[in-house]
Amino acid sequence: MAESHTIKHHPALKHHFDTMEQQREAGTIGMWVFLLTEIMFFGGLFLAYIIYRAKYPAGFEAASNTLDVYLGGFNTVVLILSSLTMAMSVYCAQTGKQKMLIVYLVLTLILGSVFLGVKAVEYEHKFEHHLFPAVGFYDWTHEPGHDPQLADQARIFLWLYFAMTGLHALHMVVGAGMLLVLIYFAWRGKYSPEYHAPIELGGLYWHFVDIVWIFLFPLLYLLGFHLGGH
Amino acid sequence: MEATAVSTATESRENYLNINYGWKSWLFTVDHKRIAILYLASITFFFFIGGAYAGAVRLELLTPAGDLVQADTYNRLFTMHGVFMVFLVLIPSIPATLGNFLLPLMIGAKDLAFPRINLLSWYIYMLGAACIVYAALAGGVDTGWTFYPPYSSIYSNSQVLAAGVGIFIAGFSSILTGLNFIVTVHTMRAPGMTWFRMPLFVWATYATSIIQILGTPVIAVTVLALALERLFHIGIFDPKMGGDPVLFQHLFWFYSHPAVYIMILPAMGVISELIANMTRKKIFGYKFVAFSSLAIAIFGFLVWGHHLFTSSQSVYAGIVFSILSYILGVPSAIKTFNWTATLYKGSMSYETPMLYAFGFLGLFVIGGMTGLFLAALGLDIHLHDTYFVVAHFHYIMVGGVLMGYLGGLHYWWPKISGKMYPEFWGRLSALFVFVGFNLTFFPQFLLGYMGMPRRYHAYPDDTLWQVLNVMSTAGASVLGVGYILPMLYFAWSMKYGKTASANPWPASGLEWQAASPPTTFNFDTTPVVTWEAYDFNHVKELKEGNSASPQEQTV
Repeated sequence: MAESHTIKHHPALKHHFDTMEQQREAGTIGMWVFLLTEIMFFGGLFLAYIIYRAKYPAGFEAASNTLDVYLGGFNTVVLILSSLTMAMSVYCAQTGKQKMLIVYLVLTLILGSVFLGVKAVEYEHKFEHHLFPAVGFYDWTHEPGHDPQLADQARIFLWLYFAMTGLHALHMVVGAGMLLVLIYFAWRGKYSPEYHAPIELGGLYWHFVDIVWIFLFPLLYLLGFHLGGH
Repeated sequence: MEATAVSTATESRENYLNINYGWKSWLFTVDHKRIAILYLASITFFFFIGGAYAGAVRLELLTPAGDLVQADTYNRLFTMHGVFMVFLVLIPSIPATLGNFLLPLMIGAKDLAFPRINLLSWYIYMLGAACIVYAALAGGVDTGWTFYPPYSSIYSNSQVLAAGVGIFIAGFSSILTGLNFIVTVHTMRAPGMTWFRMPLFVWATYATSIIQILGTPVIAVTVLALALERLFHIGIFDPKMGGDPVLFQHLFWFYSHPAVYIMILPAMGVISELIANMTRKKIFGYKFVAFSSLAIAIFGFLVWGHHLFTSSQSVYAGIVFSILSYILGVPSAIKTFNWTATLYKGSMSYETPMLYAFGFLGLFVIGGMTGLFLAALGLDIHLHDTYFVVAHFHYIMVGGVLMGYLGGLHYWWPKISGKMYPEFWGRLSALFVFVGFNLTFFPQFLLGYMGMPRRYHAYPDDTLWQVLNVMSTAGASVLGVGYILPMLYFAWSMKYGKTASANPWPASGLEWQAASPPTTFNFDTTPVVTWEAYDFNHVKELKEGNSASPQEQTV
């Protein structure tokens, strides 16, 4: 304890922590606990999905086939790439490669923005085709050869689609804001091999949001194939 | 007041209360102790609002006829009573006040791991509270605090949305508090403060935090879905459009049943502290009490289905939930038996905190045992949605949680304020609360057993039923006095109370080694712990330089 006064404190060490190690550990555990709460938050919607998916396979198949698998697949690749660049930026922060750190953070931000752009295009298509489950939803019951109950079932799939991907997109927006802050401080030279906890924590968050998408993509987009559509 | 000479000498010492003044120093503080005080003030405020609603409910039930208010108004009264009390009072009560204040002190830390997130959680709480207050002022909600659809999502024309948004927001305050506590316990313990040297209040708070971080997000997403359904009517919970209203009940109780343990576990932690310290004895079965907290936190997540015995849930699911609910009684019983065993041959003293602890023990046993009645599949069909249920959960939430909360506030008041509360008035308040509580809620067991349903503003004109209801209303008045008393004398003691020494009881625990009230960073030097929890030999050593002990006032 006594020698801690003789060691020069790192400027990023907050007053209530004794060591940088303790501060970093607190941040890491805090982020993991936060991600646990996120799992439970999305979990409620996944549960609703499972229940309605088991109850209404026909409506889910029909509604899943209205989604654009190619745009969804493209976005999946974009997100996996962004996870790679994020992992690289953490590596650069650890090894003190300041310039490459900024390059990789910017790349991650660009890939995240591409994802959000594609998502916006997809949402627009849904509105155009009156597939948004709330306002002006297209009533399938008038079409010949359709089960009148299918419209209700498809609506349930579509609200789950909008709620789950919407919540995911919201997390992407928050992640993009976080990247902007990290880029700013990386540009100011705040991070070093001794202090780069914010980059690591940001990485944890970013990977988590990506993993959520890895579950959403097959459940929503590939379901039609799985249930025998196309 | 012969204590004035002493108090002027000690008051010049710098502490967290007098270090600076002015509203800015409070609203922008990151000191866990000041944030605890902010919570204490706001929770007390909402407690009295919720209490006023309860008073109106009890007044209406004085007579069998619905003469004071209409049925619709009555629905709003009991709903707002529940919303205020559950979401703004009971859930944050002990963790956000005593937990915030004591957790860093008990483990020898300077603050919580994330002081700014701690302050943020109070602001989020206040924002959520503002939404709920708006809902109350704009006419209230009439769905019951459980918000069951499709009534809440389609048919109710009350302020469901505003209240829902308030609950959604306030939930994040609870999550952040839990997150902060978990990280603090993991990373901020003083040298030598191993897991099994931690006070049991810390264990209980830690277990509570686990429920907060795992359960609260689920109610958040559930309320979000309810809001979407109400706004857009997309058939999430509407059976007419293919939705499933029982899904809401499952999701709601997945959080709201563990939420009961968010309330009671910290109170159990307080009782462990009170009983060990007021009997000056190492608690019986320390590890069992510690692990039973974790067991309650984990098993608490597996019993929500016992709220759905009459909601089209399959009988087989009901059997499983019933058995699991009985299993959950085991860790609670372990605690109760260990507390009782601790009392045996302890050198007990009967100050106010101990009286509250005794009250807790008796009431919690009744509340817990009647919980087993309700977890029995057959009996629950008869008792479901009757006053028996109302009485049962008030024995836990009021008899258990508020007794623990008040006992804890009295016990740690010297540490929080640096002043002693008046012992006579303290004991009187404990008596009022105990008598008033039993008079209010015991008759409700009988009423429920005889079949009086909850949530009705009128009841059949039967003499026995009215006598029991009048008893209940009379008891509520006594209970009200019991709650107003501490507020008055706590405020009084801030100015006129006898100055408290660092360890007035004397008690074990690091918090009693810090000054009363503590300095902003709690300890002058980080303490090094070399003794077990509730080691009173160690306290005797500490007591050597401790002159101003209030023990002389005990009879």
